[in-house]
This record gives sequence, structure tokens and C-alpha cells, in this order.
Amino acid sequence: MELRRDVFQAIADPTRRAILTLVALQAMTPGAIAAQFDSSRQTISRHIQVLTECELLRQEQNGREIHYYINAVKFKEISDFIEPFRKLWDDRFNKLEAVMKKYKS
Amino acid sequence: MELKTKVNAENGKQELFITREFDLPLELLFRAYTEADIVAQWMGTQVVQLDNRSGGAYRFETTDPKGNKHYFGGSIHELVPGKRIVRTFEMLQTPFGPQLEFLEFEAIGTERSRLNMQVVYRSVAIRDQILQLPFIQGINMAHQRLESYFIQQ
Repeated sequence: MELRRDVFQAIADPTRRAILTLVALQAMTPGAIAAQFDSSRQTISRHIQVLTECELLRQEQNGREIHYYINAVKFKEISDFIEPFRKLWDDRFNKLEAVMKKYKS
Repeated sequence: MELKTKVNAENGKQELFITREFDLPLELLFRAYTEADIVAQWMGTQVVQLDNRSGGAYRFETTDPKGNKHYFGGSIHELVPGKRIVRTFEMLQTPFGPQLEFLEFEAIGTERSRLNMQVVYRSVAIRDQILQLPFIQGINMAHQRLESYFIQQ
């Protein structure tokens, strides 16, 4: 029996990370995702399947089409997922502070 | 190194709070938000418009290494000098829509100051997506897919 996929194994693959980056911006159909890559549609489907199995993506049926979404709940299980957001703001504010020190008389 | 910025995003809420103390007098912190040439320096953006008044608007523009332009902007709902800015913010080529931002500036003595930001999103899902973007982009640093996605938009 195949071992249950783990999240870190899933995000270790560059193509799968690229898929997550795309879907993070907007829910997408498998066709729209595959269109972004040079690999075959089957290869991309396989990657999508892995991401879905480890619950990083979730699918929703809209009429005839399936859309893939980022599974926010699963991302929260990855420790400190909020840290890069905090780091982004911290870097931005550090810059502000450094720039304004030049204006100190 | 300990980050000086705090982010509080409670589960299931469509808002988040960002707090930061600065080693700057209140007057300088406020100027960092209201003078176009200064905003440009720390935001790393071109300030196309910055109409600092209640009922005003602002617009920023950045150009990525591939030469694509990205637009950011919003309306300024309320501006009280040295105290408060209430504005919307939107990344124009993304599906996230506008967010409402309450920026409260306060002095801590004469040499330090604090900024409290409350950011309200249209939905819990959108807040969570925006919160996760830097994480997802971080694990994907080496990839140009995000940029190629924008080119096709």
C-alpha cells in the first residue's frame, strides 16, 4: 500500500510549488493550470493529484468544471505559515525607519 | 533576530492587525506616509498620485524586472494629520479586490512612535489567501511562474 503523502514531500517538488503559486492567486481548472506549463497534461494532473491527496489543494465542482483552490486550513497546519507575511511587513517597516532617520535633524 | 512587527490574525475573521513601534518621532512616521518622494523610497514604488486629504486618492506603480507594470491604489477616506489615515488599498491586477485600512499613529514620548493598522478584507477566504501569499511565494522563490502569469493577464 502506498504511504500517505506528506505535505513537505509535496512541496519539495518545484512544479508542485509553481502550481500552488498559481492557484494561490485564483481558483483554476486543471486545464488552465496545465496551460501554464510545458509538461504534458497528464504530468500536471499527476502533480495536482498529489497536492489534492495531501490536502494542500481542494477541489470544487462548478457545473461541468472542477476548480482547484488552496486549502487554507491545511496551510495553517504548516507551522508558522504567517511568518513570511510578518517578515514582509517587518522588512518594509525597517526600510521606512532607515529612510526616515535621514530626515532626523 | 526578533521581528519588531506584530501580526494578529484570529482564525475565522476577515480582518487582521499589524502593529509596529518605530524609533522615530511621530511627526517623521506620519511624513513617511504623506510625502510622495518619501513613500517612493521605502515602498520602492513610483508614486503617481498621492492626494492627502479626506476624500482624496492615491496610486502607485511598480515595474518588475521584466518590464511589466503593476498598479496599486485606493481612496483616502479620512486623513487626520499626525493621527489617522483611513483608506482603501487594492492591487489592481489581482482578483482580491479592495481592502479597508485603518492606520492609527501615536507618539511614545518624543522620540518614538507606534503604528496600529487594522486591515479588513471582503471575506475570511480572501484574508487567508493574502496572508498565505508570502508563504507560498517564499517556498517558490526560484520560480518565475507568478510573473509569467501576470504577463498573460
